[in-house]
Amino acid sequence: MRLALASAALGLALSCAAAAPALADWAATLAAARGQTVYWNAWGGDARTNAFITWVGSRTQALYGVEVRQVKLSDTAEAVTRVLSEKAAGQDSGGSVDLIWINGPNFLAMKDQGLLHGPFSTDLPNAKYLDLSTGSAATTDFTVPVDGLESPWRLAKFVFVHDSARAPSPPRSMAGFSDWAAAHPGRMTHPNPSNFMGATFLKQALVELAPDAAALAMPVTDAAYQVATAPLWSWYDALRPNLWRGGTAFPENQSVQQQMLNDGEIDISMSFDPASTAAAIDQGLLPDTARVFVPDGGTIGNVSFVAIPYNAAHSEGAEVVANFLLAPETQAYMQDINVLGAFSVLDPARLDPAAQAAFDALPGAPALPRLRDLGPTLAEPHPSWMTRLTRDWARRYTR
Amino acid sequence: MTQGGLRICVLIVVALFGAGPILAGLWQALRASFAVLPAIGATAPSLAPWRELAHLPGIATSLRLTLISGLGATALALLLVMAVCITRSGRDIAAHAPKRPRHARMGTRQDPKAQPATPQPSHPSAPSAGPRTAHLALAPVLAPFLAAPHAAMAIGLAFVIAPSGWIARAIALILGWSSPPAWITVHDPGGVALMLGLVIKEFPFLMLVTLSALNQIPLHRTLVTGRTLGYGTGTLWLKTVLPQIWPMLRVPVMIVLAYALSNVDMALILGPSNPPTLAVLLTRLFSDPDTTLLLPASAGAVVQALLVLATFGVLWATGRAMRAVGLVWLRLGGRGARPAWPGQMLRTATSVVMAGLLTLGTLSVLALLMWSLAWRWPFPGLLPQTWSLHAWQGAQGNWHAPLITTLVLALATTALSTLLAIAWLEGEDRARKRTPAWGEAMIYLPLLVPQISFLYGLNILFLRLGLSGGLAAVIWAQTLFVFPYVMIALAAPWRALDPRLARTAAALGAGPWRQLVAVKLPTLLRPLLIAAAVGGAVSVAQYLPTLFMGAGRMTTLTTEAVTLASGSDRRITAVTAALQAALPFAGFLAALLIPAVLHRDRRALRGGGGSPG
Amino acid sequence: MSLDLTRLSLRFAAQPVLFAPLTLHVPRGTITTVTGPSGIGKSTLLDAIAGTLPGGVAMSGGITLNGQDITGQPAHRRRIGLLFQDAVLFGHLSVGDNLAFGLSPDIRGRAARRKAVTTALEQAGLGDMASRDPATLSGGQKARVALMRSLLADPQALLLDEPFSKLDAELRDEVRSFTFAHVRARGIPVLLVTHDHADAQAAQGPIVALGGRRP
Repeated sequence: MRLALASAALGLALSCAAAAPALADWAATLAAARGQTVYWNAWGGDARTNAFITWVGSRTQALYGVEVRQVKLSDTAEAVTRVLSEKAAGQDSGGSVDLIWINGPNFLAMKDQGLLHGPFSTDLPNAKYLDLSTGSAATTDFTVPVDGLESPWRLAKFVFVHDSARAPSPPRSMAGFSDWAAAHPGRMTHPNPSNFMGATFLKQALVELAPDAAALAMPVTDAAYQVATAPLWSWYDALRPNLWRGGTAFPENQSVQQQMLNDGEIDISMSFDPASTAAAIDQGLLPDTARVFVPDGGTIGNVSFVAIPYNAAHSEGAEVVANFLLAPETQAYMQDINVLGAFSVLDPARLDPAAQAAFDALPGAPALPRLRDLGPTLAEPHPSWMTRLTRDWARRYTR
Repeated sequence: MTQGGLRICVLIVVALFGAGPILAGLWQALRASFAVLPAIGATAPSLAPWRELAHLPGIATSLRLTLISGLGATALALLLVMAVCITRSGRDIAAHAPKRPRHARMGTRQDPKAQPATPQPSHPSAPSAGPRTAHLALAPVLAPFLAAPHAAMAIGLAFVIAPSGWIARAIALILGWSSPPAWITVHDPGGVALMLGLVIKEFPFLMLVTLSALNQIPLHRTLVTGRTLGYGTGTLWLKTVLPQIWPMLRVPVMIVLAYALSNVDMALILGPSNPPTLAVLLTRLFSDPDTTLLLPASAGAVVQALLVLATFGVLWATGRAMRAVGLVWLRLGGRGARPAWPGQMLRTATSVVMAGLLTLGTLSVLALLMWSLAWRWPFPGLLPQTWSLHAWQGAQGNWHAPLITTLVLALATTALSTLLAIAWLEGEDRARKRTPAWGEAMIYLPLLVPQISFLYGLNILFLRLGLSGGLAAVIWAQTLFVFPYVMIALAAPWRALDPRLARTAAALGAGPWRQLVAVKLPTLLRPLLIAAAVGGAVSVAQYLPTLFMGAGRMTTLTTEAVTLASGSDRRITAVTAALQAALPFAGFLAALLIPAVLHRDRRALRGGGGSPG
Repeated sequence: MSLDLTRLSLRFAAQPVLFAPLTLHVPRGTITTVTGPSGIGKSTLLDAIAGTLPGGVAMSGGITLNGQDITGQPAHRRRIGLLFQDAVLFGHLSVGDNLAFGLSPDIRGRAARRKAVTTALEQAGLGDMASRDPATLSGGQKARVALMRSLLADPQALLLDEPFSKLDAELRDEVRSFTFAHVRARGIPVLLVTHDHADAQAAQGPIVALGGRRP
């Protein structure tokens, strides 16, 4: 297995004409990593994720002598910009970003501009627990091939959250939202589409409403865009006037939106983490009556990755952290609702019985959905759709 | 070094580390606005970035919002300051007969004993951040509002005025609402919440500098003389006092204007979001993964600078016009109906508005404390349902590291700035002349040029020099903004120091250094500490410089508070913001207590009045 | 042993000279009085002699003290004492420390220095006030402390800038005789600037009237 992976990586490395690190012996990586401080640039809007990252740092420090410092971002794009400006200034080594929580358009942007270190992820010892077959969730990011340039760490699936006390019967399809909003004007909203959660709301509707969902997997063209988005915009034009503040203002991100749900300013919120609602209730951040719901047709899902910039000062340490994130103990700890509650990215079929049992023993909670309650997982459209969609939205609705 | 040497040295330092880099940053932005940014491979000059900027969605609205909120907030704050002066001075002067030695001295002075630079030796320890005047006891009330950082105040205010906030909850309790009303308050598309926040923060600043300016003119004599000529108080203010203090207010008003037009932290927390103000829009563009957006962003940075420049022009023109009109009015000799103006209505309105603003500010800080101690606090409860120290404890409320970083930055920048300010002022004393206007302009340049207009260019410059992301870079960038405020706070009391103290010391054989260390600095201990506290407060409040120059790695209470403000846990945000607000308070408290203890047996230095000897 | 001014004239920037070039010989042990109308530049003259001229004042002519040209010397090396109409005591120091501030470094050893201060205080009738806050003294006491402080610095000449003008009438006589008695005892050249004829008379020395502006 290890050999097969290594030779696969070898092939990949040669084909990408990449430098030696992909081949480096893991023991050498561990040795080089000892004593390094990894600056992990990660969206900092969720206190539980921040606490989890702190825990990761304490473990990697104890196990491998690798310190982790979280650089809290309000938008992942900040880290991308930072690497870009370093490249612009000719700083090709010793960069300030070691590890980025990334996916989708930000990943595509960095991949396209050659800003990423690797391939490294398939080489990590714990990659053996992943399903790396072609087209699997861990090998594509918003339809873009990962090519070993980023390593998965948590599963994301788009869900809605409602306060069951104030809004007992939420819509059962994206189309149904316009009726629900008409009946409850001002009681729902979505984050600004410049934020990925707001964009995901539009994409979720696009995937459900587009005449031909298959077109979304291809890079966007003018013709395809017109056809696919026509129903979306007519639906949205009907929905928008009944949104919070008449659809003229939007929360900056889903955290602000969750706070609005907590404050009772709206009745419906959304999340990319099915466990976040139970976690938030536990944290006193949502009322006990908050519950998760999904449209009958299923929702968009993707995997969150970590990537290493090409000029990272501590790439070995970053690889050690990426590998630690894939350890079954780490993933089971992360999936614990009392910790983070984020679903594991590991393939259950590849876990040994002890690891399986650790996952099975995790506690439940009233607001914690089971994976099977969440309906089918719909594929993300190609990232070019999201870029186009959000720009078009800004053009249409920013006055 | 004894004559002009020190002064020249300081001038060079300020030019090299202050004005120079700012102009370099502006130059970078200007070049990039014409599509020249070799760093991203753009070398062919073109107008494309300007066209792209012009076609950004909502750019016209952004500009309009920026102008309205910036100009509006400044004008409102200034009007309120004037209204307070006019309506309070008449009453209070009537109530208190002046007993201040300063007035007496100024009234009887005949020979110009002092140096031209310091026409009125006044009390050496009168702090400009909290001047004491006989007729207005406002300073101690206002100082805390000056101390509270913008971000903390905005976070607190956002809760107070939100549809689910304190005000709405109070009404809900009476009217029995179960859900928050559909108010459009925080992030309102018109920028009213932003303006409110700005006025709450900037009114105290303008009020305090106005009080300080009033301290430097023979106010009582002016008013008494005018009244004996039959003028009403309000008329006298407009005709005689305002023209005297306006030259001293111009720079502070420009600083407020520049800040109000270009701030990012308050606009992020309170301002409109779709579209936001120009500075927020530019911050977003500068941090977009698409590097080609750096070009229109740079064009926007130039627009932001021009916008501020244009409003300075308007300010100057207004000043000139008012002077011209005022002279005509003055020569007409109208006395103003004596007790009728300012009338009772203006008095009441002014008091109500000021009390309202101060109450909102107080509630904002209280809300922070309350939230930091809450567990669940659902609508419409006026107080938290359950209390907890959770946010202050454990990994969730991880505020220790940012607190230490903030403290280190504040101490370093304050020490540097205070030393530089002392060197600057002492250099003037030794050279026996004031720095020319261009030198003074250099000090205040960082406060007058919008941060967003030069910080990105500076960032590129620093990256190229390999200086970005370090503690030193952030200390330097913050000092850029801390130093001018330390100068503002220290210059007036320093220049007002009785020059005869140093001359006496010299006559007693003390050389320049002994005069400085053994006489001037100890005598000025209180204003020095207050200037340092002002510096510390400014450092603690810095957002954009810390963010840009620290490469995002330098996590201070402010960057943390602004980031957390767009998170889901108001309790942890409140802890950070409360700490952020507490630090400057602690600084000011220390600045008041240390001299009180050290000088407990020195009446002249306790700020109780009287002149040396 | 004397203070000598040779064709001394002063002007502010581009303005005419303040008074006609002044040549003055102040012998030791006498109190020479300078009078003149307001604004003629009496205080500026003292500044010039003390070496504390404000910026923007141009000076020509020479100043010698005990035969030494001190025109270009910095104020703290001239050894010329200066008294103003206010006592200008250092507010952050006790009365004793104010006196010790100017005490000549030639007096060495803590005990000797303390003794010099105590002696001076006793001469001023303030024997028990060494640790007092100067702000708590009366006007007459302050004036005496200021004089003793000046004398402890062992000046080679003394300049008095209307030193009694702010005192009440009865206090004025007392402080004046105290001051004049002490400075005469020193036997140094003393230059007094005043408006008050009583001061000039009590000084019993030559009287010089400044005037006669000439371009």
